[in-house]
Amino acid sequence: MSTATVFEIALAAVVLGLAIWTIAVPDTYSATVGFVAYGLLVALIWVRLDAVDVALTEAAIGGGLGGVMLLGAAARLRGSEVATAGRCSPTVRLSAAILSASTAAMLAFAILLLPNPPPTLAPAAVSNAGATGMANPVTNVLMAFRGMDTMLEKVVLLLAIVGVWSLAADRNWGGRQGPRHEADPKGVLAFLARLLPPAGIVVGIYMLWTGADHPGGAFQGGAVLASMWLLVIMAGLADTPPVSSPRLRLVLVAGPGLFLAVGFGGLCFGAAFLAYPVAIAKPLILGIEVAMTLTIAATLALLLAGAPERSVEP
Amino acid sequence: MSGVTVFGSFAAAAIGLGLYGLITNPRPLRKIIAFNLVGSGVFLLFGIVGRRGTAAGVGNDPVPQALVITGIVVAFSATALAIALLLRLFQTGGPLTLGSRAPPGPRSDPSGD
Repeated sequence: MSTATVFEIALAAVVLGLAIWTIAVPDTYSATVGFVAYGLLVALIWVRLDAVDVALTEAAIGGGLGGVMLLGAAARLRGSEVATAGRCSPTVRLSAAILSASTAAMLAFAILLLPNPPPTLAPAAVSNAGATGMANPVTNVLMAFRGMDTMLEKVVLLLAIVGVWSLAADRNWGGRQGPRHEADPKGVLAFLARLLPPAGIVVGIYMLWTGADHPGGAFQGGAVLASMWLLVIMAGLADTPPVSSPRLRLVLVAGPGLFLAVGFGGLCFGAAFLAYPVAIAKPLILGIEVAMTLTIAATLALLLAGAPERSVEP
Repeated sequence: MSGVTVFGSFAAAAIGLGLYGLITNPRPLRKIIAFNLVGSGVFLLFGIVGRRGTAAGVGNDPVPQALVITGIVVAFSATALAIALLLRLFQTGGPLTLGSRAPPGPRSDPSGD
């Protein structure tokens, strides 16, 4: 057994232990902490699978932002935990265990019995990379070959934010999201919120730009920008914008709007919906990615901020 | 024994564990976490299938990779919506458990709508 395999087995064992902890531990807050650690280590598995684009997304969105969201919810629900603890009957638990174990076993067999040689679209994706002028095959698939999925995903983000906003109480409609955060102006959080964003914004923009040719892209860059904005909000240096703000709404529809416009442009002047003219494919895609990054950053941060809880008037 | 086998078994186990937690734990936040565990296992299965397609000089098939990136973002937004619903339920004083012996919670609405 090579060193690499030993490392892989150890990594899988640690992550599996965290998954068991997440499910088994009685306290919800501890389970959430376990799940955050799990998300960060799963990013390492993605690196081992040679999927660096996914690893970056998983670390930034799955581990980082998702972790902050779950921890915040667990902290706010902590008081309600004691009264509501209740367990299923042993029969239900035994049946669930049998069902889950057989599902896992069948999936493991399915993975071991996959056809050899495996069917793959990698050669097609790589050989057609010249059509868009981008070297990163994942960005090509996201923006060109499966552009429809990516555009519809922006619509899903928009629907999610509308759903979260609509949970506001009547008097808070159109107001600011989440509680007002206060932090010691001389404390560590306020210090970090002043120190990190300049560097973080540069990193986010770099990730967007380098996504054309290397691992990175709109999702990863947008997640970094969102976390910088959230840091400033959580340190109390800025407040969440009122959700009735027209400028905010413009940013939220910029990504899907431009994507749709380019798509219909392809229908009118080109071969099909979302077909880019080869000559200007790269500038078009980069333009969409820039608008998408803004939209993704705003949407991710606002999804984390939660339902509007304060009316606009002080 | 290769990385595909190791991580493939792990992904299957994660899906099984998540399914168990989803069924047995009556607390909604725990159900959300368990559901995310199932999702993470499914994404890993995608990655493993893509890893097997290591042709044309790329380490992992870019098509499943792109689908997983989209999937992670969609899973995040669905989780955010679920948590917002849960916190709103908590605010309005609804019961915070789906267990069969749920205590009857106060039905008052402190947020006044």
